[in-house]
Amino acid sequence: MNEETHEIRLRVNGVPRAATVPARRLLSDCLRHDLGLTGTHVGCEHGVCGACTVLLDGRPVRSCLMFAVGADGHEVTTVEGLAAADGTPHPVQRAFRECHGLQCGFCTPGFLTVVAAFLEENPEPTEEQAREAIGGNLCRCTGYVNIVRAVLRAAELRRAAGRDPQAGDPAPRGPVRRQRP
Amino acid sequence: MKPPPFHYHAPTTLADALTVLGETGPHGKILAGGQSLIPLLNMRLAAPAHLIDINRLAELDRVDVDDGGVRVGALARHARVEADRSAAEAIPLLRQGLRLVAHPVIRNRGTTVGSLVHADPSAEMPAVLALLGGSLDLVSASGRRTVAAADLYVGPLESCLRADELAVCARFPRPAPGTGTAFVEIARRRGDYAVCGVAALVTLDDDLRVAAARAAYLSMAPVPHVLDLIEAVAGRPPDTADFAAAGRLARGRLDPEDDIHATAEYRAHLAEVLTARALREAAEAAVGALGASRPDPERAT
Repeated sequence: MNEETHEIRLRVNGVPRAATVPARRLLSDCLRHDLGLTGTHVGCEHGVCGACTVLLDGRPVRSCLMFAVGADGHEVTTVEGLAAADGTPHPVQRAFRECHGLQCGFCTPGFLTVVAAFLEENPEPTEEQAREAIGGNLCRCTGYVNIVRAVLRAAELRRAAGRDPQAGDPAPRGPVRRQRP
Repeated sequence: MKPPPFHYHAPTTLADALTVLGETGPHGKILAGGQSLIPLLNMRLAAPAHLIDINRLAELDRVDVDDGGVRVGALARHARVEADRSAAEAIPLLRQGLRLVAHPVIRNRGTTVGSLVHADPSAEMPAVLALLGGSLDLVSASGRRTVAAADLYVGPLESCLRADELAVCARFPRPAPGTGTAFVEIARRRGDYAVCGVAALVTLDDDLRVAAARAAYLSMAPVPHVLDLIEAVAGRPPDTADFAAAGRLARGRLDPEDDIHATAEYRAHLAEVLTARALREAAEAAVGALGASRPDPERAT
């Protein structure tokens, strides 16, 4: 079958992009294959693992549960778009590095995008809220303890940056309480 | 794990959407949030020849609250309905249920009306609509009708919508004054489908005695199942009402099935325990609602 294609235009990480895609092209595949942004990882392709999460108009969505044609005219932020223009890592990225919030790194882009959006809405989460925020993302390496720690640490880094951009990092947090069974 | 090919339609008016839907008939499928449909396509469990994307119909992206209750348009995402303060004040059960729908990221995209017509017997919002006695507005190129929740569900993943009909709006009626609600469920992990879920509603009369007690069940029957449990607790004040008896009554009236997640026996046990828990919480909420709406007689002078 010679598939019908559609022209789409969207902004990805602030840059206007265009692609010609069949209607069934998932946004995740469009980002990776048509636009060459392989930071977005594809795990389960049915919305369970969260690895492919990107921000659509600032809100986290599963890019494997959206067609690229549906993103036409919208703004998409991938993990590549989190760092500042000069390459300074996003506070969430710094916190994941600092707290050892990743091991193999496959799930990490999904966590980073979800947590970046979550902290915009809730800049001072409790540990319980942090845990709920990442409830839709699977990690097979870490056991989540350091990821939760990284969420709380990222919140600290954001707050510190908000108070005084020149200020040094606040002292890292101590160990967080044990994970709920 | 890639969707099969389909013809894509992106109408910009409701009339155009209905025309396409009328033409494609059983070969057409509406795409709103896609959080249930796209997994089915990715897994090749569904292969509609035509997808009609209604995401450009901004007129359907609305939540309206009035004296009658809350009307949710077909394009209102779960997250938007959940965040709507006036909707939550009018009908607390909406937010109580929405918080249990999958994960926040899924709720950012999935629509409440889409979930209602998907008719998954493990989904929360069909139980909410059924418990409140709500309805769905369906339109087609040939007309419009309203279907009550009680008539909407035919079987698992099957509603009474005709192939040419689009569900444009869900109507959640405001419960009677003196009503409290609660939604409790047990899932293996947060955000998973519940092994058993119970939405409960308790109405107290002017003497603070139980006048209505109903519960809706998910994952317990092929369709959302509503039970009237008033006979176990009728006329009792909430603090002495025997909600455990209501739980036993519910268990006797439910006939769940085994599956890979739980045995029928375990589901029945959960239903009994969760019924009592949900009714108790709903009764407490009803007391709170009455306390907030009228002056405390002890303090009146």
